Amino acid sequence: MKIVTILKQVPDAEARVRASGGTLDLSGATLVIDGMDEYGVEEALRIRERGMETEIVALACGPERAAEAIRTALAMGVDRAVHVVSDVTLDAVAMARVLAGVVQDEAPELVFVGGKQADWDSSALGPALAEALGWPHADWTTELTFEDGTITVTHDIDDGTETLTLPLPAVVTTQQGLNEPRYPTLPNIMKAKRKTLEARPLADVAAAAGAPADRATELRASEIEARSRRNVVLDGDAKTAATELVRRLRDEAKVL
Amino acid sequence: MILIVIDHADGAPRKSAYELVSLGRALTGDDGSLTALVAGDAPGAVAQEIARFVPRVLTVSAPELAPPRAETMTRAVAHAATTLGAEAVLVGASRFGLSYSPRVAMRLGAPLLEDVTALERDGDGYVAKRLSYLARVTETVAASAPTVVVSVKPGAAAAADPAASAGEVTELEVPFEPDDVRVGVASRRAATKGRVALEDADVVVAGGRGFGSAETFDDLVVGLADALGAGVGSTRAVVDAGWRPYGEQIGQTGKTVAPRLYLALAVSGAVQHLSGMNRSKVIVAVNKDADAPIFRVADYGIVGDVLEVVPALQEAVAGLD
Ligand SMILES: Cc1cc2nc3c(=O)[nH]c(=O)nc-3n(C[C@H](O)[C@H](O)[C@H](O)COP(=O)(O)OP(=O)(O)OC[C@H]3O[C@@H](n4cnc5c(N)ncnc54)[C@H](O)[C@@H]3O)c2cc1C
Repeated sequence: MKIVTILKQVPDAEARVRASGGTLDLSGATLVIDGMDEYGVEEALRIRERGMETEIVALACGPERAAEAIRTALAMGVDRAVHVVSDVTLDAVAMARVLAGVVQDEAPELVFVGGKQADWDSSALGPALAEALGWPHADWTTELTFEDGTITVTHDIDDGTETLTLPLPAVVTTQQGLNEPRYPTLPNIMKAKRKTLEARPLADVAAAAGAPADRATELRASEIEARSRRNVVLDGDAKTAATELVRRLRDEAKVL
Repeated sequence: MILIVIDHADGAPRKSAYELVSLGRALTGDDGSLTALVAGDAPGAVAQEIARFVPRVLTVSAPELAPPRAETMTRAVAHAATTLGAEAVLVGASRFGLSYSPRVAMRLGAPLLEDVTALERDGDGYVAKRLSYLARVTETVAASAPTVVVSVKPGAAAAADPAASAGEVTELEVPFEPDDVRVGVASRRAATKGRVALEDADVVVAGGRGFGSAETFDDLVVGLADALGAGVGSTRAVVDAGWRPYGEQIGQTGKTVAPRLYLALAVSGAVQHLSGMNRSKVIVAVNKDADAPIFRVADYGIVGDVLEVVPALQEAVAGLD
């Protein structure tokens, strides 16, 4: 069994994100492996720990600094990693085209991708990658089991949940509920330093995949649009405040 | 030609479908070329309803679409887009829409404008607004190619009014392939039936961990929601505690809503929660901690105990006519 788990490096949720002149400024923000991607790393490790012989490869496409997030995955227990080094911030479709080439070469049975990473707020990478590979996908997965050559997953849909069976190879997007990701231990952090992290320039990987080394869409601006809020605090006891609130919602905000 | 894909459930279009109609009309200058696609195992009733709004309606009727799967929808939508030579394919950014639209884009070799909150023409292409960084950043993104695929966030446009005359409904044959149904649907469980769907709700009452128990949450949050005819939402802490089903979770890992009124009761206002509701028109916060981050995004706040304030709110709402 071989599993590829895809990673992104994103600002920590508590980090301050700034923008000026239409460009994003992440300086000073703590950058971490995306929380949703961690569920995929953890699930791969658990599959191995349940006794299935498994090679786990982390794969990321991002700037030089993303190597730190990859090291976290290696320290959690991933065997080796491929880093497609890119200074271009690819969109999901472009990244899927590039990564499909690497995944094809690795030929895993299973690819994990985080359900929706906290930088681009996109859930498109998993489905787009599956399509580029000609594989099926399941998104927002909270449960996963194996039976010879197929997986059964439970995932969230618009009005509830659904249980699907997928033939392998397949792409599965991961989220909260699937497992509780572990923290890397100190010995494993040390061990991770000796693991292989292969850096490959975007231009080469894209050329090999026959994919453009550029976005499919054009990012024109990133801005912080703070919505102005009334910020009115209503005083008095519970009854007074509640009555005043309902009055204001009806007469002032006109939403009741 | 612009193709809009109609999201439907239980024989009726979802609210987002009417929003796509508005957007489609604006983009085509209402020149009669707007085309809607209704795909399902029995799309007839939905197609008739949509024909009241759109000049051309295509139906795809196939057992492969019961229930719909990402790959069967991809086949149907990509086939329709290619057959018609669509310049833009607009899909509602429901969970399902977000799941298959990237596949459609990849299959058509088209760029994807994902989960957009606004969309306009821009020369030969389109320019859109979308959110990123846990909904704290607004991006302006443009795309042009023979075809652009767009998933449109619920609430991005107002719902359309019916057209002066009814449109024409025609059937489209789609050549499904065996691989389209390789994913088996073993079972489906619907959550929260009989209540307003969260995405469609004009008012959402959301509760957090501060309610202390499932029973109190039921009495107070669900009670107030029922009194207002509102949808019920919750935080991850509440879902993790098993008080409420996952389908009601709002935030990064849950649903994104932008109702007219959002009441956040005993919700601290973590970034991951805010990303799912910070586009609501009016936000109310009730929290006993005056420093809770939720107050920073609130239009109206009450610093107090939900065990006292929510019953008082129920009473005040009951007094409305
Ligand atoms: C990768 C990731 C994804 C996540 N996704 C989501 C998501 O989609 N949605 C989400 O909600 N969270 C998400 N979270 C979790 C998020 O960070 C918070 O932990 C969560 O939102 C907190 O829920 P809460 O506000 O109910 O609980 P708490 O943070 O514990 O807040 C409870 C609040 O209730 C108040 N309170 C307590 N008792 C009373 C009372 N009697 N009267 C009035 N006020 C009272 C307290 O002052 C406090 O502010 C995610 C986290 C991670 C790491």
